[in-house]
Amino acid sequence: MSVTDGSGSTRVRHGIDRKTLVGIAVFLLAVFVAIPLLIAVSGRADFYYTLTSVALLSIASAGVWLMFYIGRINIGQGAFALIGAYVSAILVTKAGVSFWLSLPIAGLFAAGVAVLIGLPILRLKGVYFAMISLVLTQVVTLAALALPITNGAKGITSIPLPGEISILGLTLIPDFATMENSRLAFYYTACVLMVLTFAAMYRLVNSRLGHICRSMQQNEELASSIGINIAYIRVIVFAISSFLGGIGGAMFGAIAQSVYPSSFQVADSINFMLNCFLGGLGYVFGPMLGTLVLYFGWDLLFESGKYQLLIYASLLIFLMLVLPNGLLSIRLDKVWRARG
Amino acid sequence: MSTLLEVRDVSKRFGGLTANHNITFDVAENEIVSVIGPNGAGKSTLFKMISSFLRTTSGEVRFKGERISNLKPHVVARKGVVRTFQETTIFKNMTVRESVIVAQHLRAKASLAGYFWGSKAARADVHAFGRHADELIDFLGLSNIRNELASNLPHGHLRALGVAIGLATEPKLLLLDEPFAGMNQDETMSMVQLVRKVRDDRRVTVLLVEHDMSAVMSISDRIVVLNFGEMIAEGTPAEIQTNERVIEAYLGSEDDAIGI
Repeated sequence: MSVTDGSGSTRVRHGIDRKTLVGIAVFLLAVFVAIPLLIAVSGRADFYYTLTSVALLSIASAGVWLMFYIGRINIGQGAFALIGAYVSAILVTKAGVSFWLSLPIAGLFAAGVAVLIGLPILRLKGVYFAMISLVLTQVVTLAALALPITNGAKGITSIPLPGEISILGLTLIPDFATMENSRLAFYYTACVLMVLTFAAMYRLVNSRLGHICRSMQQNEELASSIGINIAYIRVIVFAISSFLGGIGGAMFGAIAQSVYPSSFQVADSINFMLNCFLGGLGYVFGPMLGTLVLYFGWDLLFESGKYQLLIYASLLIFLMLVLPNGLLSIRLDKVWRARG
Repeated sequence: MSTLLEVRDVSKRFGGLTANHNITFDVAENEIVSVIGPNGAGKSTLFKMISSFLRTTSGEVRFKGERISNLKPHVVARKGVVRTFQETTIFKNMTVRESVIVAQHLRAKASLAGYFWGSKAARADVHAFGRHADELIDFLGLSNIRNELASNLPHGHLRALGVAIGLATEPKLLLLDEPFAGMNQDETMSMVQLVRKVRDDRRVTVLLVEHDMSAVMSISDRIVVLNFGEMIAEGTPAEIQTNERVIEAYLGSEDDAIGI
């Protein structure tokens, strides 16, 4: 973390040193060039779907991570992903709105719901907030089953693929339905969203709001004594978190071209939280790595048949015991040791 | 000297227990006033009501004529009344400098979105925060631990860090919660000097809650004594030292402490 400015501090002022810059470049090249090439060479097009899922789930996980940053365990991100998916699906199928417009609306709608729910429940701390948030996913699932507009258990199906965006006749994004390889297009879209999300998160965490969040995570009483309106900041952060959940969910609905009440379940909400734990709560990019490892880990263990869950759970417990600060803490440990 | 803080008939009841009963006193500008009393006298309750961390049952607290009781802590802080905590209440994973920077929240001119985009006002703020932090850290003599994590600091430094965090908000009235608790003679004397320096150089009025008698006698302009939730005396240190009711209260409390 860098609380920065000149005057003798060891930190760099305007953000980014060369090593980080190289890291970012390598990451972007890998995501946008190397992986599509590798998939094309190996012919494993099914990986597109897996990696797109990872990208989208990591966006929703980033929201959960931000809640950890103000000291709240949010096990309800599935609720907001589901809300986002439904809002987008309903707008596209019933109102004929372009998917690209429905995407931000879905995020904002989820954020609005979060503000309404957050005002009463964000007063709770620790395990009490976690318990209430755990219920949210179930509540939204039941609401989706009951409401007429969500079409009950049948869900919303045959959602058209995202259409084209053009400005003054210039096509920015072609119609997905006319593409030969819409999987690649979804992969790129998801990755662009993921990169934008994590760039924004990095910026946020290193800006004043991030410092305020950190002060609240460490001591809410002290934070309020220095004039921070903690209730307001909590609601803002919950809204941002849910916005990301809504975006992730809406994009998922568009790929699956369908939304059901069971599209996001309590288990998904728990996974969003685990992604953060696994990657590391102290690192902005933790949820990205956590999602990747957890998603692939689960798939790799498929071979073990009925022991899949047992091995998976044992490994998670083991990892949390050995690396309580998440996978990213390994790298930093090494750096520190090298520096002596 | 004009009156800064007025405590008027403030009472607090927790169910059947009366923690404070009709407490009334004033604090004038640039004074150092102490609230003392044996354990369980209701000092902390009063302290929390003045900083709006607790609601009053009846009565009110006014600051510059404006009511500040029964609001939110951050609103009271915005008006210039800021409390400190005992040493366990700190930002554990921040360095001294980071803590002091984050505590300048009320001085921020840019919006949160401005900080996100890096607006001109935000950059100016960030620069000013750093400058103020360094200046304050030097003022409090904490220069050698500026980049130390708060969780690694010893007792005395933590207390000074608490004062630094409070002062970073630029308060008019600083409320100190037991600033000398658990300190030895040397530490107490340097803390006494620090508090005086804060009042003299920064023109900050100080109201403190404490039970270390000798420190209170040397530092206070005036003293308010509580016992069992009642205010039993108010006056200069010399007056308090010879007050019969105060002596009785303190000896009585010692019996209680031994008895239990």
